[in-house]
Amino acid sequence: MADLTSNFIGIKSPNPYWLASAPPTDKEYNVVRAFKAGWGGVVWKTLGAEGPPIVNVNGPRYGAVWGADRRLLGLNNIELITDRPLEVNLREIKKVKRDWPDRAMVVSLMVPCDEESWKAILKHVEDTGADGVELNFGCPHGMSERGMGSAVGQVPEYIEMVTRWVKKHSRMPCIVKLTPNIADIRKPAEAAKRGGADAVSLINTINSITSVNLDSFSPEPMIDGKGAHGGYCGPAVKPIALNMVAEIARDPATAGLPISGIGGVTTWRDAAEFLALGAGNVQVCTAAMTYGFGIIKELTAGLSQYLDDKGMTLDQLQGRAVPNVTDWQYLNLNYVTKARINQDLCIQCGRCYAACEDTSHQAISMSPDRKFEVIDEECVACNLCVNVCPVQDCITMEELPLGAVDERTGEPVREYANWTTHPNNPMAKAAE
Amino acid sequence: MRAMSNSVTTPGIQPGRLAAEHYASHFDDLYPNYDPHEAMVAADRCYFCHDAPCITACPTEIDIPLFIRQIQAGQPEAAGKTIMDQNIFGGTCARVCPTETLCEGACVREMAEGKPVEIGRLQRYATDSLMARQGHPYTRAPSTGKCVAVVGAGPAGLACAHRLAMHGHEVTVYEAQDKPGGLNEYGIAAYKMAGGFAAREVEWLLSIGGITIETGRALGRDISLDALRGEFDAVFLGMGLGDVNALGIPGEDLDGVRDAVDFIAELRQTDDLSRLPIGRDVVVIGGGMTAVDAAVQSKLLGAERVSMVYRRDRAAMSASDYEIEHAATEGVTIITGATPVAIHGQGAVEEIEFAYTGGNESFRLKADQVFKAIGQKLVPLDGLAMAGRKLAAQPMPGVWAGGDCTDGGEDLTVTAVAQGRDAAEDIHAHLTSA
Repeated sequence: MADLTSNFIGIKSPNPYWLASAPPTDKEYNVVRAFKAGWGGVVWKTLGAEGPPIVNVNGPRYGAVWGADRRLLGLNNIELITDRPLEVNLREIKKVKRDWPDRAMVVSLMVPCDEESWKAILKHVEDTGADGVELNFGCPHGMSERGMGSAVGQVPEYIEMVTRWVKKHSRMPCIVKLTPNIADIRKPAEAAKRGGADAVSLINTINSITSVNLDSFSPEPMIDGKGAHGGYCGPAVKPIALNMVAEIARDPATAGLPISGIGGVTTWRDAAEFLALGAGNVQVCTAAMTYGFGIIKELTAGLSQYLDDKGMTLDQLQGRAVPNVTDWQYLNLNYVTKARINQDLCIQCGRCYAACEDTSHQAISMSPDRKFEVIDEECVACNLCVNVCPVQDCITMEELPLGAVDERTGEPVREYANWTTHPNNPMAKAAE
Repeated sequence: MRAMSNSVTTPGIQPGRLAAEHYASHFDDLYPNYDPHEAMVAADRCYFCHDAPCITACPTEIDIPLFIRQIQAGQPEAAGKTIMDQNIFGGTCARVCPTETLCEGACVREMAEGKPVEIGRLQRYATDSLMARQGHPYTRAPSTGKCVAVVGAGPAGLACAHRLAMHGHEVTVYEAQDKPGGLNEYGIAAYKMAGGFAAREVEWLLSIGGITIETGRALGRDISLDALRGEFDAVFLGMGLGDVNALGIPGEDLDGVRDAVDFIAELRQTDDLSRLPIGRDVVVIGGGMTAVDAAVQSKLLGAERVSMVYRRDRAAMSASDYEIEHAATEGVTIITGATPVAIHGQGAVEEIEFAYTGGNESFRLKADQVFKAIGQKLVPLDGLAMAGRKLAAQPMPGVWAGGDCTDGGEDLTVTAVAQGRDAAEDIHAHLTSA
């Protein structure tokens, strides 16, 4: 069994799976259940400033997008930060950390954007013995209307300022949680780094309306006929999260900044992908909310088996795919592939034909007896046929070897060359 | 009543072999309709194939991927309309079509994994949804002033009548039986058409208007073709096969020997199945759908032993594999390659003797009831052009024909509907040209 022990910015946990700051980590009862199930750590649901707790809506907090068999593909919420008294949360955090010293206990925070507010809450958190704090600059709904959450996260200068306060008033490791509701994720990450953050975590949820009720014409989730945008999460957001993690991991300005990967982690495979793109650990929420804490057994066993199969350590996996994330301009324009249809696997549904004929390059032929074949003279290797084929591995992409003639262009396959040196590029530099 | 003391082992042809509560469950829907979630999951399996093979495999060419997509999109009534546009008996066909040899047999998922999209059950879901909706989904074109006579109120005749009515013609349907519906009403196993579906479907179909049905009026007995040709602008013949083949063996006239179609019709029309007598040892002769329906329903009525005997091999049986398996599951013994040579008994049947086809060996089966299901045939009518032993599609000028009484296609409801519909289009073109 591969060793899954994790050390993320000095915070140790028996595995790299933390529960993200969210309803599953709002109180002792849930967190203890999670630790009993085997979770490596938690980020306690966001605490606010002292005073009367915030209130939540009393109608539905969640909206969802489902597949045909009600498989939950995406979840959206309009819940705010914890609505329990600060002292109750602090007392429970302290007790759980004392009872479960080997698990990571990070506390998420969101207080008004002034130094005194942050200084005050940090003192309280330090008293609990928690391992670190996570600054919630991500929540896109409700709190952002009050100048907190993503309202801070969308202004890099505020991120830097608040992070600086936190590092000034606390010795605890500080993770800055980023909102994806921004044009360029690298800017807030750079700001966090400038402010002295030990790590960033991302992504928080994405502004979203899950559906519109076509009888009442209200967005979902609906509260008394009205709806406000919520934060979207779950399997549907994973591709967006992967890209944002990779952008930060490969940007020279932020390279090396530890990342806690969040966004649609549902199986060990999702976690491995985040780790390969540079995340130091992952945080999970929607999968646990959908299936319960028991999924941790698959998450840990799966990752362990994968590492064993590959003969890799967790450290060797981390960041392994980062060097392969590049800009379009550096992609090899002389990498030529052709679609290949395995006739033994083909079930003759004709979806590749419809897709190619109607929406692409007319590069698949159809015979009267429903045999589908690729026309190499037309195939641009777009991969659409592969993606719409319902049979796995029935259509594959075959690379043409160096020197082979591409039937479409009549040109032989040449050595690596990219757009930066392409004759059609007005900015091209002459090849050396 | 004494009948209540009967059981499966009571000798002879007896009613009430089962406890009262078993009749309803035995003759209930073989497959109940999907609930909405089941329908969504089943519909999700459709690949929306290009130029889909299932459409080609359907005699009425229903746009199956389209109607399944409409179910996926949450509009099963619209899906039902897509079906009915091609096949106004979509409800019956969803229940009785041998889908394994038609749409589902052609489904690419049948090839891929041996589990086709359940098109028949999805069609049931869609058509039931549409028919549950208030009002008829089709309206009639302005009156053409033309009148058409249709002979036979079965699937072919009514499909023809509905399409003609839609085009604005006035239609009179002459039906020999007391009720419309043809084989849907009289000739198909009850558990396939549970809940009085055949009658409900006819009522729904007729609600388009412009169709008058005259029951108890048989061609050649109560009405003549010449009279119809004189009175109407066109005539459609869809009277099915009015006669049955005989075994032509000794003992065929013994008590207890009966045509399967009569048994099924009686079963379908009875309002109390516990009063319907059935043998303890029932032998059904034949290998088609009628034979299966008779055999299975004998078993469901409480016959102790039911055998279905067919003279050729199993592959040659016209009943589908699915039907044969269903019969076997219900406990029907299936014997192939045996030809009946004599029926023995004193006044009533006691045994039936078979010879193995192509050999000298023979055997006898104990029987107190024998059902003959060896095919039906056309009652001949003078002056009509024939195609083999059946009518030609247009057997004389001004006269069209379709359904089981005509050549072409298998004797399936879906084929009859296609022929009736297409004849209506042809008649319409003929009546409105020049």
